[in-house]
Amino acid sequence: MAETTEVLEEKKVKVKEREPLFSKKNKKLISDPLDENNPVTIQVLGICSALAVTVQMKAAVVMSISVLFVLILANVTVSLIRNLIPNRIRIIVQLVVVAALVIVVDQVLKAYLFDVSKELSVFIGLIITNCIIMGRLEAFALGNKPWPSALDAVGNSLGYGMVLVIVSFFKELFGSGKLFGVEIFGNLAEKTGLYSMGYMDNGLMLLPPSSLILVAIYIWVQKIRNPSLIESH
Amino acid sequence: MDLVNIFIRSAFVDNMIFAFFFGMCSYLAVSKTVKTAVGLGLAVIFVLTVTIPINFLIENYVLKEGALTWLGEEFSSVSLNYLTFIMFIAVIASTVQLVEMIVEKISPALYGALGIFLPLIAVNCAILGGALFMQEKQFATISQATVYGLGSGVGWFIAVVLIAAIRERIRYANIPGPLRGVGMAFLITGLMGLAFLGFMGFEI
Repeated sequence: MAETTEVLEEKKVKVKEREPLFSKKNKKLISDPLDENNPVTIQVLGICSALAVTVQMKAAVVMSISVLFVLILANVTVSLIRNLIPNRIRIIVQLVVVAALVIVVDQVLKAYLFDVSKELSVFIGLIITNCIIMGRLEAFALGNKPWPSALDAVGNSLGYGMVLVIVSFFKELFGSGKLFGVEIFGNLAEKTGLYSMGYMDNGLMLLPPSSLILVAIYIWVQKIRNPSLIESH
Repeated sequence: MDLVNIFIRSAFVDNMIFAFFFGMCSYLAVSKTVKTAVGLGLAVIFVLTVTIPINFLIENYVLKEGALTWLGEEFSSVSLNYLTFIMFIAVIASTVQLVEMIVEKISPALYGALGIFLPLIAVNCAILGGALFMQEKQFATISQATVYGLGSGVGWFIAVVLIAAIRERIRYANIPGPLRGVGMAFLITGLMGLAFLGFMGFEI
């Protein structure tokens, strides 16, 4: 509905004014996915990788940057060729675009960040089937111009990265007492810092199920702060 | 015995959902009722059992270093490893399309049951994840790879049907508002994941 009225308005003004690059609507494209339309906690997309790579903050940050890169370029590419893609084979076209970009990311990581690439193992490849990317391509890039598509990509991958960083912060801090590999609570073997008082790391935090529970708590807190997001059932 | 071990490992110990979170998106989307969960679960078993052996052959006769030796001696040092992702996803997407057409032709009843789920599966991480893990584990024979695919599919099926049953039950429970829906599904999956940790190190 909103779109049709906009089109009408645009027709009324004969000399169409150029929309500024960061108009209110465009800013909303970036800010919306950070909170009330977050791809992970509200749209429930891209969960596989969001949960699996959060044991260390470094891996989570690298993963977020990779998704940011792939999503922006994929969104812009698909948006540029959106009028050329036959509707029937659009899924395969999108998969090929994304797969080509992911290969670039994978090769760059293998060349410059080999240890992180080893740790992320198959999850870099799984960016191809990350539902955020397919979801944004289907829902946004296929029907919009390149610039809004790029902004939408930035917003959504930042929303995704935010959840990853927050979850991995708690997992790494309480699971191994470190942040980005730097010891925060002191050294366990030498019994310094908190460990000298008998503090122990919570080994459960390093296991897969804890990220599910942390995301559940994240959703809980988010919906308490913004009750309009609560599902009726 | 070896095959049984691979099956048990892939279905329970390295369960696709509880250990690696593969296919969580469709898992959360279809687990509202048991009926749809069974439908998608069967489709995943089917597609995994078909695509993993195909990808195994591609890996061993096209992609791996020295895999092209059958073309001639001069190809023995060629490695097409960097093409893995694009080859695997192309195989998966086209197999799914092919399977959909064959099933529609041969068994309309089965198509009615699985039909709407098959296109969804091309973008299910469980399928590509299974293929990539197959590559990482370097199975020796095609039968091992097939059993691995079957086991992973069965593991996914068990997980999705179990949670669908639980979610059907808790629909009548009085859950705190902010946790309703997705939040509760995450919590339950987390608790089930803890239970499945009990299989760790399990061998026959």
